[in-house]
Amino acid sequence: MELFASLGDGFAIALTWQNILLALLGCFLGTIMGALPGLGPSNGVAILIPLAFTMGLGATPSLILLTSVYYGAMYGGRISSILLNIPGDEPAMMTCLDGYPMAKKGFAGEALSLSGIASFVGAFLATWGLILLAPQLVKIALLFGPAEYFALFALAFMTLGGVSSTNQAKSAFAAALGLGLATIGVDTQTGVPRFTFGEVHLYDGLDFLVAIVGLFALSEVFIFLETRHGGSDAEGHKLKIGKLYPPMSMIKACTPTMLRTSVLGFIAGVLPGAGASLGSFISYSMEKRLVDKDGTFGTGDPRGVAAPEAGNNAAAGGALVPMLALGVPGSGTTAVLLAVLLALNITPGPLLFTQNPDVVWGLIAALFIANFMLLAMNIPMVGLFTRVLMVPSRILMPIVAMVSFVGIYGISGSSFDLLVMIGFGVMGWVLRKLDVPLVPIILGTLLGNSMENNLRRAVTIDNGNWWTLVDSPLSIALWAIALVGFVLPLIVGARVKARMHARRDTEGAISD
Amino acid sequence: MSDRIFGVFGILLAIGFAVAALAIEESFLSDAVGPKAFPLIIAAILGLSSAVIAFRPDVEPVWPPLGRLAEIAAAVVVMVLYAQMLPVAGFVIATFFAAAYLAWRLGSGPVESVLVGLGTSVGIYVIFHLILGLSLARGPFGF
Repeated sequence: MELFASLGDGFAIALTWQNILLALLGCFLGTIMGALPGLGPSNGVAILIPLAFTMGLGATPSLILLTSVYYGAMYGGRISSILLNIPGDEPAMMTCLDGYPMAKKGFAGEALSLSGIASFVGAFLATWGLILLAPQLVKIALLFGPAEYFALFALAFMTLGGVSSTNQAKSAFAAALGLGLATIGVDTQTGVPRFTFGEVHLYDGLDFLVAIVGLFALSEVFIFLETRHGGSDAEGHKLKIGKLYPPMSMIKACTPTMLRTSVLGFIAGVLPGAGASLGSFISYSMEKRLVDKDGTFGTGDPRGVAAPEAGNNAAAGGALVPMLALGVPGSGTTAVLLAVLLALNITPGPLLFTQNPDVVWGLIAALFIANFMLLAMNIPMVGLFTRVLMVPSRILMPIVAMVSFVGIYGISGSSFDLLVMIGFGVMGWVLRKLDVPLVPIILGTLLGNSMENNLRRAVTIDNGNWWTLVDSPLSIALWAIALVGFVLPLIVGARVKARMHARRDTEGAISD
Repeated sequence: MSDRIFGVFGILLAIGFAVAALAIEESFLSDAVGPKAFPLIIAAILGLSSAVIAFRPDVEPVWPPLGRLAEIAAAVVVMVLYAQMLPVAGFVIATFFAAAYLAWRLGSGPVESVLVGLGTSVGIYVIFHLILGLSLARGPFGF
């Protein structure tokens, strides 16, 4: 079969010493970043992009390193959820519900290893889903013309707030801000400078890496300074892990749960506007409804640990499908991964599969390898990662800030970019305070140019007729989905969000 | 109130953006759409969403007390100084001061701050410059 031949080629690319080492390093760093509260997957990848870039790694090695970080962070988020009842990143929120009660009952080791296995099952199945689904999506995407692409970009922005978004005006503001930032610089079609105000540094446009690192990493430093949260979250907690291997019967009892939630999580990841947080939430809710006959969910039921972990890791894999096949990411971290591709001058989308099959299949093979590494790292070595939780943020955050500066300085060697990055850091802090989502800004700066080019190409081909944008059934369908995706949260958004948080609050309160 | 101010600021930003877009000089060789149309669409969305934010504000966010704001402002000043001093003082020295300052403000004692500063700057220098070969800012002493 063609599929297996491609996959075999992928393994041939991924199985070099350099790539294996990079995957190992990525998994290790990713797990640490996921485990530390305040350093989520998008932050982690954002800090490392400029470094991978300046170290002169090729496209495939950089992608292997950074997607390993991405998968690793998804694994790592559960550690502090289970041990401290503090989610390491947002998708790990639901893992607190049963993970922490299990740890309190003295089953911390079992909860950690079981959730590690669940993460593995979710991510493993999702990688297969990626292999099977992405080429199909590519076939559809090959039918797209400029008008359809424009509609697709609009769809991505309009659904990015997600079903749980409560204020669509703020999502729209963020997207427009990002797109506006992208228009700074010399216009690619006519060569006239736009919004540069005579500043030569701006002629090339703003470097999106500078924006990403500033918005994500530096604003995090400011948040820590604001709350003066200098200690480690583990202070005052006894981190006792106990037995590391769960009994076979427990794994067996959780297997159907893991399989069901993997499928559900994967679908949530592929769909626009859902993502990993919603994936783990839906998974947990569905399992509770299906198997929780004795009302043990929320009191330390192993299935309640397996469900959200399999769900969120499967969603992480699912989110790679639209990013690779269409070039349109559906979540924050995949938006950052898109930045990696763009920084390396690779245009994701349907042509990626025909023009750079080595990148795609090498990456997929690396995902499989990373998965096995992560399973190995996360069960016997989990004790090592729990030590990381003891590092206080007053030591950690200066390192994060300085590594961000080094990465950006390494790209351009100019102080101007550092000043722009600080500006973005302050902006990120203010916007976070005002509850404005940052991901649409990033996506706007990334996709702005190609969105505009597709618009202009479509209208120019049709001799200046703007109706060409809604001239084919495909683009009408895309616009319809975009509209539904934008309007739906206005109706149900507040309810979904309230339920996601209420569940954590009430059940957390009962179990405490 | 914060959202109202933010919304008004957004509207002003949108107007400014639109004015700047109208001022773009058109090239004599232009496509059917031209360089102004897309920025104008963006300005419209920016203005509309800002108006909605201003008219239907969310719950007031919790702003930190003045002292904490000053803390953040001071950190920004230190970072700006760091960016300016980097080519002058060199990577190791500049980074030492910046990292030590941040550690101190996050609650480290004096000894710990110095150690964090030293560890961060020398650690990054060794890993990224000596081992990985990244070029860092050179000061008067070559590091």
